[in-house]
Amino acid sequence: MVKSKIKLQTKKLNVWYGNMHVVKDFTLKIPEKKITAVIGPSGCGKSTFLRSLNRMVELVPGARVSGEILLDGENIYDKDVDETEIRLRIGMVFQKPNPFPKSIYENVAYGLKVRGITEEKKLRLLVEESLKKVGLWEEVRDRLNRSALELSGGQQQRLCIARALAVKPEVILMDEPCSSLDPIATAKIEDLLFELKKDYTIVIVTHNLQQAARVSDYTAFMYAGKLIEHGRTEEIFERPKNKITQDYITGRFG
Amino acid sequence: MKEKIRLKLSGKILTFPPASVSILAVFFIFIFVFSQGLPLFSKISPFNFFFNSTWRPTATPPSFGIVPLFLGSLLVTSLALLISVPLGLLGAIYIAEIANPKIKEQIKLTVEVLSGIPSVVYGFFGLRVLVPLVQKTFGLPTGETALTGGIVLSIMILPTILSLSEEAISSVPVEYKEASLAIGATKWRTIRSVTIPAAASGITAAIILGLGRAFGETIAVMMVTGGAPIIPTSIFSPVRTMTQTIAAEMGEAVFGSTHYNALFALGIVLFTVNLILNLLAIRLIKKKKW
Amino acid sequence: MVKAKTCERLGFWSTRVAILISLSITGYMLFYIISKGASIISWDFLTKPPTSGMTAGGIFPAIVGTLLLVTLAIVISLPLGLASAIYLVEYSSKESRFVRLVELAVYSLNGVPSIVFGLFGMAFFVKFLGFGTSLLSASLTLSLMILPTIVATSVEALKSVPDHFREASLALGATKGQTIVRVVLPAAFPGIITGAMLGVGRAAGETAPILFTGAVFYMRGLPTSIFDPVMALPFHLFVLATEHPNISKVEPIQYGTALVLLILVLLISLIATVIRYRYRRKRKW
Repeated sequence: MVKSKIKLQTKKLNVWYGNMHVVKDFTLKIPEKKITAVIGPSGCGKSTFLRSLNRMVELVPGARVSGEILLDGENIYDKDVDETEIRLRIGMVFQKPNPFPKSIYENVAYGLKVRGITEEKKLRLLVEESLKKVGLWEEVRDRLNRSALELSGGQQQRLCIARALAVKPEVILMDEPCSSLDPIATAKIEDLLFELKKDYTIVIVTHNLQQAARVSDYTAFMYAGKLIEHGRTEEIFERPKNKITQDYITGRFG
Repeated sequence: MKEKIRLKLSGKILTFPPASVSILAVFFIFIFVFSQGLPLFSKISPFNFFFNSTWRPTATPPSFGIVPLFLGSLLVTSLALLISVPLGLLGAIYIAEIANPKIKEQIKLTVEVLSGIPSVVYGFFGLRVLVPLVQKTFGLPTGETALTGGIVLSIMILPTILSLSEEAISSVPVEYKEASLAIGATKWRTIRSVTIPAAASGITAAIILGLGRAFGETIAVMMVTGGAPIIPTSIFSPVRTMTQTIAAEMGEAVFGSTHYNALFALGIVLFTVNLILNLLAIRLIKKKKW
Repeated sequence: MVKAKTCERLGFWSTRVAILISLSITGYMLFYIISKGASIISWDFLTKPPTSGMTAGGIFPAIVGTLLLVTLAIVISLPLGLASAIYLVEYSSKESRFVRLVELAVYSLNGVPSIVFGLFGMAFFVKFLGFGTSLLSASLTLSLMILPTIVATSVEALKSVPDHFREASLALGATKGQTIVRVVLPAAFPGIITGAMLGVGRAAGETAPILFTGAVFYMRGLPTSIFDPVMALPFHLFVLATEHPNISKVEPIQYGTALVLLILVLLISLIATVIRYRYRRKRKW
């Protein structure tokens, strides 16, 4: 079904929060340099699934993970794998834009500095490059030292994407990145996604079906913690095989 | 990889010892104050200490009864509460419920700043202004009385009671008040029958913390109460509190003497009373019904 | 209905009167000390030592002493208190027994009367550790006294930093330590500073804890090491006002000292409060 190279793959992934079994036996292949959308009703475990992909789920007290997640064939949950290393390779963009209360420049440079890059020239270059990639450079080039909190919501979200891009990740996880944005800002982010997939593997969680249909190459439908159906986006939306998928896509519940 | 893991743990390991300092401090205070105070009871009986009504540490034979000192502390503290609780509570109602937002913010800021005034300044003001005032007003031989101490303390703990009560009152959910207003109760009625009862535990905590501060205060009372270790017969008697006894006599007490032990024993009483008051207040603050 | 309205009006007025009395008593106190003390304060008063058996001269050594005491106290208790807060907020689960114990200890410490800190300081720092009646003993005692304030305000400041900042940082591959140092602490900085200032203000004004641990009424010259005793403003005022044999003669110096102490402490308190209010209003998260 999937022809391009597999970048990220989950095998029998299970996640529990205490006694709550949130993600159940999830097996999914995520192809390289494509956009994979994860859709499903709220509370179905999509965000948890996404957060297990870069081990952010471990931050929740009482969270437990079993199964495997292979990044280029290597299990990221192996004992001797450092989660900070994984998070450098797998970036994340959150539901609400969450720039640090620092300057625009400092926000983008943050991940680089954390990695130990201190050379001013190099930092400047990489910051500029990242801001250009998200189309924010022209808007902010004169006020790089102003607080990031002064930007509009849409700009903030693009800044957060630039921040994630700066450390040159291979995969970018997006957790409903447009849910708090207006339609114009949303359109800009969606355009950006098309640009980004040339270089990055993207997994996007969304409850906005039109968005999933517009931007993604592959779609996974998740329901009550389980992967119900997965395939090319056109197929999922036009010829869903599963009854629940069909009901969801046609808006019978949600 | 090992290197990394050690690095990651180091934050936790670094901050653990400082986090234990507070526990150690309380433990050490307990140990050191008790170890210097408890030997007293090998020299005189606890009964004598707690129930004897004369404190004459330097007489022959000396007498170490804390009754007058305890009553002194109690009287001064009670007077302080008698004045500051009504003022503080009504004031808090004003700030929380009646003042317009701008004035509210300004008063709160003022009260917070005022709560930083050192106790010695209150004592000094009491000595220079209130002592003569009390003497003249009531026609007394001296203005250094329990009442003066009570007034000084009441001014001192007022900011505490004001701001903590205000916090308690402000944190009552609006829904409670709206429910009452919606059935036609006046705002005042609502404050009296809904808001204040709902904030009762917070207000009680505020009062207890104020009480603790007054009971434990040394310098301010020391400057205005006359310092006579006798059982007070009226609010116009000069008194000597437990705190001021320690402050006044520690300089002359010989290290390791009965007197020295007795002063630490006073410290034990103060420590214990305030600990209980404080824990009580914490329980009340943590017990929120909504 | 008329009765209820009258009742309300009376009630409202009683609260207005109460707040007016409360503020005006303290207001009068400030006014009194300022008006009596203002004429005393001069450059000489601030920079000269006392002379002629304390009846003339200035209060320079007491000012320096107080500044030394609070500086040392905050240098000790800020790192301790901040590290405690970091441990409590960032590195431990809320339910752990240790955290509960620390919280209990902090509350208890906060309620210990200042004179008991004095007793402890004398028994522990002065006698047991052999630091003597010194700047060091007094500062250590003060630092323990203000520790609960620092811990509590730092905890509050750290908790007010939203989790999504931490998440964003961790998601970029930062370690927990990097996240705390680079994101959490800068965001919590104003709150932490406020707590430190409140602690400094309290330490500057307290008399009872330094009574037997390090304060002296008079010394020639300034302390030359942390094992020397020091003069301090609150203690100076206390002794001048109650124990000086020639009270009427030192009266102006009392007012001057009271005013200097008051200005110092209120300034610190005001700065702390303003930072907090500003920051609360400006905060966008």
